[in-house]
Amino acid sequence: MPPITRLFVKTSLIYLITSFGVGLVLAVRPLAPLPALVNGLAPVYFHLFMVGWVMQLIVGVAYWMFPKWSRERPRGYDTLALATYWLLNAGLLLRVAAEPAQLVSAWLGWGWLVVLAALLQWLAGMTFVVNTWPRVKEK
Amino acid sequence: MPRLSIWFVRVALLYLALGFTFGALMLANKGVPFTPWLWRLLPAHIEFLLFGWTLQLAFGVAFWILPRWQTQRGNEKPAWAALFLLNIGIWIVVCAGWFNWTVGWLMLGRMAEAAAVAAFALHAWPRVKPLMEISASTSKNLSE
Repeated sequence: MPPITRLFVKTSLIYLITSFGVGLVLAVRPLAPLPALVNGLAPVYFHLFMVGWVMQLIVGVAYWMFPKWSRERPRGYDTLALATYWLLNAGLLLRVAAEPAQLVSAWLGWGWLVVLAALLQWLAGMTFVVNTWPRVKEK
Repeated sequence: MPRLSIWFVRVALLYLALGFTFGALMLANKGVPFTPWLWRLLPAHIEFLLFGWTLQLAFGVAFWILPRWQTQRGNEKPAWAALFLLNIGIWIVVCAGWFNWTVGWLMLGRMAEAAAVAAFALHAWPRVKPLMEISASTSKNLSE
């Protein structure tokens, strides 16, 4: 298993645990008074699971298992794969912080941080598609 | 990777690009609102990423790596049907939402998607087996 795949898969496992933890907090909401910030966690919960766990696991395994690009460059561009990793995680973590914070804080900067989170995650998706597309072939 | 898997995975990658684009636009709009119209993309965002990307990628990879018979992958027709039905279904469901088509269209889209997964299960079911199936007679000879 290449090092970047290990990075993706181990990070995805952390998100899996985190998403279930957030799910637990959301489940407790009707039973106990929690900070207003918690009300903004529903989309965060879903995206921690789908982007942090499912997407990241797929990216890691695809990078490892898909047909080789070429003899010289078997897994495509390593720098692009690393860029996918950092963009995806920076974007997702920024979303986790900024999206609920935007609901409880009047600071306009949170809104722009949400925009930045969207841009980073979109770039992560595109770098993955660009790096993976040539590897989807017969051999 | 077989030709059908290439189709499944490449189409899945296109849905990923489209679904991420819609998601990014909606998230950015949540941060700094610029048009409420963007919320109309939400059903398409979910449909593209859950079925177009995740499910279709799973179909493509499963068709590629599930156990085979020598070099054969069994009856490939239901798997090809799954490719067409799933994509027709996704677009009917998405268009029904965008253009306010009648509920009958939504039902038709969901039926196409359901038929797609049934067709794929029909193909994949016999391939869920041990890697090497030794016939009873061969097994008997080997044990003697």
